[in-house]
Amino acid sequence: MVSQNPLLQYPHRHYGMDHKRYAWEMLHQRPRVQWPDGKKLALWVNISLQFFPLAQTDKTFPVPGGMRMPYPDLRHFSLRDYGNRVGIFRVLKVLDRYGIRPTVAMSADVATRYPTLCRRIVERGDEVIAHGVNMDCLHHSGIDAELELARVQSTCQVLRQATGQAVSGWLSPGKSQSFITPDLLTQNGIRYMCDWVNDDMPYVVDTKNGQLVALPLSTELEDTFVLLNNQHSEQSYVEQVQDACGFLLREAETAGGRLLALSIHPWLMGQPHRIGKLDQMLAHITGQQGVWSAPASEIIAHAGM
Amino acid sequence: MKADLQLYDYWSYENRPRIRWPNGAKVALWVAPNFEFYEFDPPRNSQRTPWKRPNPDIAGYGIRDYGNRVGAQRQMELLDKFGIRASVSLSAALCDHHPEIIEMCRERDYEFFSHGVYNTRYNYSLSQAEERQMLKDSLEAIRHQGGQVCSGYLAPALSHSEHTLDLFAEVSTEMFGPEVPLYSCDLFHDDQPTPLKTRSGRKMVSIPYSLELNDTIAYVVNKVEPRRYGQIIRDAFDVLYAEGAESGTVMCIPTHNYQVSCPHRIAAFEEALNYIIGHEGVWLATGREIAQHFISHHYDEAQASIQAGLAGVA
Repeated sequence: MVSQNPLLQYPHRHYGMDHKRYAWEMLHQRPRVQWPDGKKLALWVNISLQFFPLAQTDKTFPVPGGMRMPYPDLRHFSLRDYGNRVGIFRVLKVLDRYGIRPTVAMSADVATRYPTLCRRIVERGDEVIAHGVNMDCLHHSGIDAELELARVQSTCQVLRQATGQAVSGWLSPGKSQSFITPDLLTQNGIRYMCDWVNDDMPYVVDTKNGQLVALPLSTELEDTFVLLNNQHSEQSYVEQVQDACGFLLREAETAGGRLLALSIHPWLMGQPHRIGKLDQMLAHITGQQGVWSAPASEIIAHAGM
Repeated sequence: MKADLQLYDYWSYENRPRIRWPNGAKVALWVAPNFEFYEFDPPRNSQRTPWKRPNPDIAGYGIRDYGNRVGAQRQMELLDKFGIRASVSLSAALCDHHPEIIEMCRERDYEFFSHGVYNTRYNYSLSQAEERQMLKDSLEAIRHQGGQVCSGYLAPALSHSEHTLDLFAEVSTEMFGPEVPLYSCDLFHDDQPTPLKTRSGRKMVSIPYSLELNDTIAYVVNKVEPRRYGQIIRDAFDVLYAEGAESGTVMCIPTHNYQVSCPHRIAAFEEALNYIIGHEGVWLATGREIAQHFISHHYDEAQASIQAGLAGVA
């Protein structure tokens, strides 16, 4: 007799993915991407400017960088705020040294609370990506649809008004989504999202309101993941980025253009003892033949999406 | 609950009968990549939640999907470079979702062994009949889509019941008869193959599948740096190689396409493999080949040695 136990029922066991968001396709079988001027590797640096409310309410899962001590957790609150006051300016200086044009993922609350900082980013001409209301307004299936829609709407509105930019990219706080997040994003004029880490190259996602591009922002090479979650040394972080750069450049020789996506938090890498390591890794990458640095929208456009 | 499931007898590492691998090899090396499918919206098991975040946990799901979309081909290409035929720990549902990957494995003459149906389904809280149903499902997929008779088993996500090993032996024997060399990868008590005890009396051995060298344990649980993982593999090899001069040892490198195949980790893995392959006397084998050789040449003397040890006459 066949068991009716739900643990042995497999309603989505069929060819392809077990959901309808994107098609199953292996990277090595996709058409080759050509970057401008025959470059092999696109370097995308994303800088996250985040606001962590002192009164953190959503404890569904630990937010990377979130409050951890009993209220008021001034220790983490002020250490995160350090990034918006001090760290970001060190990071920008390093980026400028190597001619790297980043994208800046910004909490809507950062634009509201720190208009000077927002203006500075806009004047530089950096592309701003929507990064949610703040780091306590999470997107996951435990919140209802109206609340999530309100969060997406207000994030986009605030950032578009503050920056004067189209703001077509999205990075969820903690890279977390509900079942409907991609639908809400396209409903609000978002063209690409950076939450999914299932690929090394951009690909197309289906939503209720048309297509969305997924541009993977690697978590495995993210500063918070390597240094805080894994507790690796700064030197090892540099090595890991160099190894990734070397491997992707070699793979690009035969497989077509590749993408190296670095996710940097000024509250972490902007510290005096770490900024030199950011400098070291970017010097290495930009010193390689065939590397092209561009913000997200340009990378997506050149990937033909 | 029991203090010990009595799956094997005590057998001290010193003074064992000598294991002789083919061509006088010192170490049997097998690479066991896990080719897994984790579900987007799996049902909740009362004893273990598949994801850390509420479904859909796109962080956990996404990186595992990366293993299939990106990592699988990379790891295969790397193993090709060293002439290593992998022994694939297979989620049976991968045959349905991603048959292209199964085809790439078959082209390379890889071995498949069972790793359940999905890695988001656990043996916890299943009845024996239900666990049998899951096992039969996975062995059928390996027979029909994998084109081979399965010899080995690693329980999905290392989730066990008290009967997991017995049930594997029984389901396999019912489906394929008593001659298939059977091995389990679920036990980490030894660096050599060892006889296991099954309630049906079916002959089965444990083949070392090192949890300590498993990339997910190293990277996710122990959080080691990539270069250090490479060093751990080389250090382990040095000892097993030296000891293998006295009696053959087994070295297993269990991997995952979403761990070792990441751009920042693959160089460390490649360097470690390069180091190992540079030695004489390494038998590049699969799990089934190691089990078959041990059962054919060493099983009986191993049993005699174990019994003598238990009787205090060794």
